[in-house]
Amino acid sequence: MKYMLLIHPAPDADPNDFGCTPADWMAFDKAVHEAGIFASGESLQDLVTATTVRVSQTGERTITDGPFAETRELLGGYYVIDVPDLDVALDWAARCPGSRGGGGVEVRPVADYPQG
Amino acid sequence: MDERAAGAVEAVFREERGRLLASLVHRFGDLDLAEDVASEAIEAALEHWPRRGVPARPGAWLLTTARRRAVDRLRRDQAYAARIALLQAEADRAGPAMPPDPDGDLPDERLSLFFTCAHPALPAEDRGALTLRCLAGLATPEVARAYLVPVPTMAQRIVRAKKKIRDARIPFRVPGPDELPQRLPGVLQVVYSIFTEGYAASTGPHLQRLDLAEEAIRLARILRRLLPAEREVTGLLALMLLVHARRDARTGPDGGVVLLDDQDRGRWDRAMIEEGRQLVVTALTGGPPGPYGVQAAIAALHGEAADVATTDWPQVVALYDVLLVLTPSPVVALNRAAAVAMRDGPAAGLALLDELADEPRLRAYHPFAAARADLLSRLGRFAEAAAAYRQALDLAGTEPERAYLRSRLESAELSASDG
Repeated sequence: MKYMLLIHPAPDADPNDFGCTPADWMAFDKAVHEAGIFASGESLQDLVTATTVRVSQTGERTITDGPFAETRELLGGYYVIDVPDLDVALDWAARCPGSRGGGGVEVRPVADYPQG
Repeated sequence: MDERAAGAVEAVFREERGRLLASLVHRFGDLDLAEDVASEAIEAALEHWPRRGVPARPGAWLLTTARRRAVDRLRRDQAYAARIALLQAEADRAGPAMPPDPDGDLPDERLSLFFTCAHPALPAEDRGALTLRCLAGLATPEVARAYLVPVPTMAQRIVRAKKKIRDARIPFRVPGPDELPQRLPGVLQVVYSIFTEGYAASTGPHLQRLDLAEEAIRLARILRRLLPAEREVTGLLALMLLVHARRDARTGPDGGVVLLDDQDRGRWDRAMIEEGRQLVVTALTGGPPGPYGVQAAIAALHGEAADVATTDWPQVVALYDVLLVLTPSPVVALNRAAAVAMRDGPAAGLALLDELADEPRLRAYHPFAAARADLLSRLGRFAEAAAAYRQALDLAGTEPERAYLRSRLESAELSASDG
C-alpha cells in the first residue's frame, strides 16, 4: 500500500536549531531506497516560489502568488513509499528528519483506484 | 425459545462476541465484514441452538459459521474479489497459515483489536466508542447513550473510524516488545476514560453510570488475562475496583453527591476492596511503579481506613509525591494539596493551592475551586469560601454536583453573615 509522506518543516525554524543536517536527509533518503519502499519523492523549492491557479466555473483562470492553503504550515517536499500498513508508514515518517525540530510529516494513504 | 436456552445463548454471546470479532478481523482484515458475518453467525446460532442445543464449543461453532459466510460473501462480491487475492498474498508473505482447527477453542485475538481501537491515528473521542462497540460488544445506540450523543452522530463517528482503519490500513496486531511501552498506555487510557465517564459523568442528570464503569472493569479483566505480566494493567484494574467499591456510598438517597469524608464506609464493597488490594501488591512488585499502580495504592489506603481521621495521610502524600514525578499534572498537584491539608492542616493545603492558581488547566476545573472553598471554610474565611463556591458552581457539569455546591455555598454564606 502506498503512503505519501508530506514533509512540513516548522515555519520559522532556525536552520541551526533544526535537529537535523543535510547529512540526516541524505541518510534518510538512502535508507528509504535501500529498504526497497521508495515509490517517488521530491524536495520542493522554497515557499516564495509557489504559485496557485484556480479555475472558475466559467473557465476563468485566477493566478495568485503563494501556496493554496492559508496556513503557516509549508510543504517542503514529499515521499511516496510502498509499505504494508500505517504503522510501518508512521515508523518511516518518524525517521524522516522533517518530523523533528517542530516540523511534522503528514501521512496520507494514496488512493488506489481499480485500473481499466 | 425457552428461557433457559435464551439465557445460555446470551451468556455465550457476551463472552464470545469480542473474541469472535477479533478472530474474524484478524483473518479478513476488515472490521465491517467481520461485524456483518459475526452478526450473521449469532443470528444462525439463535435459530439453531435452541432447537439442537448449545454446541460443546460455542465459540468455534460461531467462528466456523462466520468464516463460511465471509468466504461466501467475498466470492459473491466482485468488489471484494481483489481483496481476497490481496489477503491471500499477504497471508503467504506473513508465513504459513494457522492450521484449520474447527474443533479447537476460539483463538483469542482480542489484544490486537484493543490496540487497533486505541490506535493513536484515530481521533481520541472515537477510541472509547470503538472499544465499547468492538470489544464490549455494545450496539451503536448503547454506545451513543454511553457518551450522551445522538445515535446518528455516534453511527457517523463509528463509520468514520472504521473507514480510517480500512483505508489508511491501521494494522490489527499486537505491538512488539519494543513498541509496547509506548502503545500500551493508550489502550489503558481508553479503558480508564470509559470508566471515568461512568464514575463521574461529565454532563447529564446522573452522577454515576454504573453500567459503563462495570464495562470498563470487564475490559480491564480481559486485558489482564491477555497481558498478565504488564503490571500497569493490573494497576488499572486495581484502581477501578477500589474506586468502584465505593459506588453505593457515593450518592445519597436523593441521588446527591456524598464526598469521601461523609461516605458510610459500611456501604463500601468489601470483597471488591480486598480484590483491589491484592492486585495493588502485584502492580507494585517487581519493578518501578507506574501511575495506575500508584493511584491504586492511594485508593487502597482510603479503602482500608475506618474513617477519614485514621487514614494514613502521610503515606497518601508520599504516594502523590511519586505520582507527581511519574505524571506531573496540575490535577495531581491539586489532589496532593488536598492530602497535605489532611496531614498538616487546611492552611498548609491552601498555600499549595494558591501556588497552583495560575495553572490554565485548573481555572475551568470546578474541583479546584471547590477544594479551595472547602479549605477556606475550614479556616473560618467564609466570605472567601462563598466566592470560591460560587466559582465552582459556575463550572460544575452535573446537577448532583451543582446541588451539593449550592448547599455548601448556602452554609458558607450563612456563616459569613453570622461572623
